Amino acid sequence: MKWRAAAGFALGAVVLFGVAPAVLSDFRLSLLAKYLCFALVAVGIGLAWGRGGLLTLGQGVFFGLGGYAMAMHLKLADAGEGNLPDFMELYGQLDALPWWWRPFANPVFALAATVLLPMLVALALGTLIFRRRVRGAYFAILSQALAAAMVILLIGQQGTTGGTNGLTDIEGFFGYDLDDPVNQRMVYFIIAACLLGLLALVRQLMHSRYGELLVAVRDSEERVRFLGYNPATVKLVAYVAAAGMAGLAGALFVPAVGIISPALIGIVPSIEFVIGVAIGGRATLLGPVLGAVAVAYAKTTLSERFPGAWIYLQGALFVIVIAVLPGGLASLARLLRRQPHGRLEHP
Amino acid sequence: MDGLSIRDLRVVFDGFVAVGGVDLDVSPGDVRFLIGPNGAGKTTLVDAVTGLVKASGSVRFGERELLGTEVHRIARLGVGRTFQTAAVFENLTVLQNLDIAAGTGRGAWTMIRRRRGIPENVQEALETIGLTGQLDQAAGTLAHGQKQWLEIGMLLVQDAKLLLLDEPVAGMSHDERDATGELIGKVSRDRTVVVIEHDMDFLRRFAQTVTVLHAGRVLSEGTVAQVQADPKVQEVYMGTKEA
Ligand SMILES: Nc1ncnc2c1ncn2[C@@H]1O[C@H](COP(=O)(O)OP(=O)(O)OP(=O)(O)O)[C@@H](O)[C@H]1O
Ligand SMILES: [Mg+2]
Repeated sequence: MKWRAAAGFALGAVVLFGVAPAVLSDFRLSLLAKYLCFALVAVGIGLAWGRGGLLTLGQGVFFGLGGYAMAMHLKLADAGEGNLPDFMELYGQLDALPWWWRPFANPVFALAATVLLPMLVALALGTLIFRRRVRGAYFAILSQALAAAMVILLIGQQGTTGGTNGLTDIEGFFGYDLDDPVNQRMVYFIIAACLLGLLALVRQLMHSRYGELLVAVRDSEERVRFLGYNPATVKLVAYVAAAGMAGLAGALFVPAVGIISPALIGIVPSIEFVIGVAIGGRATLLGPVLGAVAVAYAKTTLSERFPGAWIYLQGALFVIVIAVLPGGLASLARLLRRQPHGRLEHP
Repeated sequence: MDGLSIRDLRVVFDGFVAVGGVDLDVSPGDVRFLIGPNGAGKTTLVDAVTGLVKASGSVRFGERELLGTEVHRIARLGVGRTFQTAAVFENLTVLQNLDIAAGTGRGAWTMIRRRRGIPENVQEALETIGLTGQLDQAAGTLAHGQKQWLEIGMLLVQDAKLLLLDEPVAGMSHDERDATGELIGKVSRDRTVVVIEHDMDFLRRFAQTVTVLHAGRVLSEGTVAQVQADPKVQEVYMGTKEA
């Protein structure tokens, strides 16, 4: 098994670092960078939902926290020391930077916050939610509500958050000009490296004793309790990890696309994060990644050609996969091969 | 070894009294059979002891009061149970099932790494329950009897000192029953065991002491012979061929 995993990672590295940059135009490569950000979110959802049974329908919250943390720093850096970011000059009746913007001027703080802030929020939320034994559909609905609440909060604070527009026109990335295609490539490489690193991390988690326990909690939470574990803690770990991954994804999305806005983190994007995972195969390692990339690609291509139809197509695809192939497309391959590992994959 | 001591245990579901003031003492090392007609409150009593349902009164295991304690903390105090319908992790292997049961004391560093080899207590339990050959088999594919044994094995590695077994031989073949009876005898050497059971033949062969529950109350208690000779018990069981 070990050499197969190593070979898989090597192949992934060749595709991401060799083939893709060689055959794709700058424009296509930057699109791929965006898709890989969604894949980063998907890896976390695969862990929390596929292995832990937590239908995380509100990952937009954590994606947003990471994205805004990064964008705030970049906006401050663009504005230069002592200046307000452009949108604040426009809308805000502000004379000085709000206190909660100030720490983000520090690059180390901002970078740490992109991952740690979502994790802290997830820790607080998860502790409340799991202790109270909120689960299943209630957990999913609550997650959606949080995504909606975050959007409302952001839109309501136009002067300090950019409102509906979000934080846009980001020009620089730690001293590199994002208009330069060379730097755009660098951003792509960073994202690809993060994806591979995260996959290695999650693979380790899935194969660890914790990974086995997580599956046990997913399949029979009460039984685990009677063994002396607190399932709330087990779920919390996966939830917080997935939030950190979504935060990282949001942070990398900002230099890749140049914007973060409420429209990218609300209810609909939160559902879209999950759809790719469901289609690819939620309990597998690679299924969520491939599903997320495929769905994002299909969205770009099809919504260009048939605007309006995409949302229905996406919904239909989701329903069909859940109904016919609950293990996602990854289970199709497994079904054909009848690999013994399949037992871990089906909830 | 610790014993179980229950005082005035009451469980009420929406006004329906499922357990209505039960006193019960199981001395350390005993194999106590808990019998009674359907709906007598046997499972509910075990649910109360293990923290699954709210109850009033007192349940002590050794020095510790169990009522009001969270389910997973009760388990950590050494109280383990099985369920009327076997509850193993069907998607995990026999080894994974046992390894999880053995793992509540593990630190974060051990948890985030892979299992290497088979822990000693898991190996011992595998031999005790006779599933060494099924090590890598998914628990969901085990025979009915084997699942029950796996559950008992999970209690062993969990280091439970009080075993509460809810109808462990229901649906088992004759040979499987014998094997289960011997298994219970073996594990009771350094543990206290409570067995809920309907099978009178099994009870005669493997019980040390018996408590009869009826309509949420203790009807009779004593050795197998004493309980069988009790007219109240005969009355409750009249019309059933078992008693
Ligand atoms: N969660 C519940 N809510 C309401 N009533 C319940 C609940 N659990 C059990 N009961 C009722 O309590 C009574 C005792 O049930 P219990 O399961 O303890 O019986 P039992 O002695 O284990 O019976 P059996 O031999 O059939 O397993 C029954 O009348 C049952 O319907
Ligand atoms: Mg019962």
